[in-house]
Amino acid sequence: MNQHDLPQGLSAEDFQPLTGRDPVQGIHRPSRSYWQDAWARLRRNRRALLSLWIIVALLAFALIGPALWRVDPARQDIDQISQGPLADRTATVVAPYSAWNGRAAAGFESGSGLRLAQDGTSQAVRLLWDAVPGAGALRLYRNIFAVEADMAFGLPIAEFATGAAGFYEDRLDLRPGTYYYSLVALNEDRSLSDRHEVLPVEVTRVITLDEVRARALVPDATVLAEGDEVKLALHPLGTDYLGRDMLARLMAGAQVSLFIGIVAPVLYVLLGVLYGSTAGFLGGRVDQGMMRFADFVVALPFLLFMILFQVVFGIGPGESGIAPMLAALVLLAWPATARLVRGQILQIRHQAWISASRLLGAPDWYLVLRHMIPNTLGVILVTLTFAVPSAIFTEAFLSFIGMGVAPPTASWGSMSNEGLATMLTHPHELIFPALFISVTVLAFNLLGDGLRDALDARMRSLE
Amino acid sequence: MWQYTLKRLLQGVITVWFIATATFLAMHNVPGDPLSGGRAISPEIRANLEARYGLDKPLSQQYVQYLGNLLRGDFGISFTQQNRQVNDIIREHFPVSATLGILAVLFAALGGVLWGALTALYRNRLPDTIIMFLVILGISVPSFVFAALGQLALVNLNALIGVSLLPVAGWGGVSHMILPALVLGMGTMAYLTRLMRSSMLEIQHSDYLRTARAKGLPPARIFTRHQLRNAILPVITVLGPAIAAITTGGFVVELVFAIPGLGRYFVQAVQQLDYTVIMGTTVFYGAFLVFMVIVVDLLYGWIDPRVRLQ
Repeated sequence: MNQHDLPQGLSAEDFQPLTGRDPVQGIHRPSRSYWQDAWARLRRNRRALLSLWIIVALLAFALIGPALWRVDPARQDIDQISQGPLADRTATVVAPYSAWNGRAAAGFESGSGLRLAQDGTSQAVRLLWDAVPGAGALRLYRNIFAVEADMAFGLPIAEFATGAAGFYEDRLDLRPGTYYYSLVALNEDRSLSDRHEVLPVEVTRVITLDEVRARALVPDATVLAEGDEVKLALHPLGTDYLGRDMLARLMAGAQVSLFIGIVAPVLYVLLGVLYGSTAGFLGGRVDQGMMRFADFVVALPFLLFMILFQVVFGIGPGESGIAPMLAALVLLAWPATARLVRGQILQIRHQAWISASRLLGAPDWYLVLRHMIPNTLGVILVTLTFAVPSAIFTEAFLSFIGMGVAPPTASWGSMSNEGLATMLTHPHELIFPALFISVTVLAFNLLGDGLRDALDARMRSLE
Repeated sequence: MWQYTLKRLLQGVITVWFIATATFLAMHNVPGDPLSGGRAISPEIRANLEARYGLDKPLSQQYVQYLGNLLRGDFGISFTQQNRQVNDIIREHFPVSATLGILAVLFAALGGVLWGALTALYRNRLPDTIIMFLVILGISVPSFVFAALGQLALVNLNALIGVSLLPVAGWGGVSHMILPALVLGMGTMAYLTRLMRSSMLEIQHSDYLRTARAKGLPPARIFTRHQLRNAILPVITVLGPAIAAITTGGFVVELVFAIPGLGRYFVQAVQQLDYTVIMGTTVFYGAFLVFMVIVVDLLYGWIDPRVRLQ
């Protein structure tokens, strides 16, 4: 054949037989697996994706956080107890404490009634007063709230047998802030009379040179003189009622709460998958018996038995109490997954592709592991995601009523419990751990919703 | 129906027996010595105490005796308060918990149905968005946080108004019950709202609604008679588990609000390792919850004839 004989635009190659399997025509799109498809659907779900990022951030907070913020969560900072986030942390250097003879310092000589003998500091508040005529005795009160009509005087700190002029030095657990001292005249029978005097005292934080040195607050303490200001240790989220750093404790608590919240569901979902797939696959009498037992475990009141098991396992001295909680959760929570997986396996069991695989000589374990469980994996994953918030809730609940992790181990639940006592005066001790629990549970719930929509069209919620 | 009731009751009895047995076995494996309480006691005293509590007998005999006592409704004597019977404790404190629980269930069910119906009516509009956001919050915030925040809000509110609008804690009149019941029912209400909403949306395209519309019934009548009544059915099925959730949730709420209910007593007994009280209240609560679920199921069969026919 000669080149001239070919019509225009064609060459000899066009007449070669095709060798490969190049598709000539057709509408293509890359084939996507079930998981790629699910991922694409999940990515379109804004809320689920945001939740995923929040979960990643929380995990980073728990795992990487302690490496960046190297503060021992158990160390107490006795200079800063129950300090709010970003509280002022300057302290004035003063001379060491020395006993007081009841005389007013320079600049405080004048005045009458209940008055200060020198500036109130966290070292001491020194009070002076004149004689109260007609009073049988006097009682001194201290309050952290302003004393108004019909309001309590606060904590009684001293009582004096006569109404004569006197002085008192208060050194009881003073912290920076305003204190309201009330001097109340008592009647002959020691009951309160209506005569009283209230003195608001502004207490400033002071520190001695020895303390500055002992706490290594400045690199070189020799350059400091009295009256200089030093900065105390930094606590970005404040401290708790024992002066422990909140940020460090929240990180330690995140480790415990997330560990229990993630590991326990993984363990009991695994147990449930094993139990359920065995029952579903074996079928018949064995299935009946196994599921009847699971029904009984489901009927056990969950939280009651969680508490009971916590008692049974007991927490020895020096133990954190994490292991008993894991064990109790796994023992009680598996049947729900077992039921679900069994139902799925029963559906799949008689599918044609299972029979085909069996015909090809696949052994039972291969059928279960290769065909049945992978086909229920979507459902299992959704169950797992929803199991995490409920496990975190359970941990928080138990720790809150004092049946969870043992102190000094921090968990968000136990921190909330401790924060409850100081809720009125220092709400941050409750709000931070509560916020972490809520955000975590919220994120896992929203992710679970998203996963359910993405993985299983039948379970898709009506939104 | 009678056969079904009988079958369910029998199942319930077996479940309670299982709970009692599990409790018995669990409590007998508690580490430590319940008798000494940390003190050293002489062998004679120990023998006397063991005889008093029947601990000197073999385990099987103890078990039979325990079941016999349970059948007679006798839960024994408290370990830490020797002059009190567990029965008395339950009789004294359970009514408080039950009152609180009933109020909370009522609040949760009414609120759930109302908000759920409302969100379905205003689907994808502003009220729906706001309520569903609150619902997600309600599901995600633990009850003790609600309790604490509720208390805090009430304290500030009382201070702001100048008069005590509601008591912050304690137990007494109706005014003491309102805030704890609200807090206790909050989580369940959020859950029921969600359920009610999807149930309402599910029946929106059903044939009987179309028929009702085609007949020319007024929309208000369709909504109350056809849509609401049918949408409530799934809500009733989950009332059983909801009661369980509210009962155990009561532990925390009673603790925070200082309410002298059985839940708070149970938590205290657990902390003091009061064995008989723990066993007694666990079995009591267990039996209570099992039969509440049965009652709800029977109620469902009575309300929905389709269930009866199956």
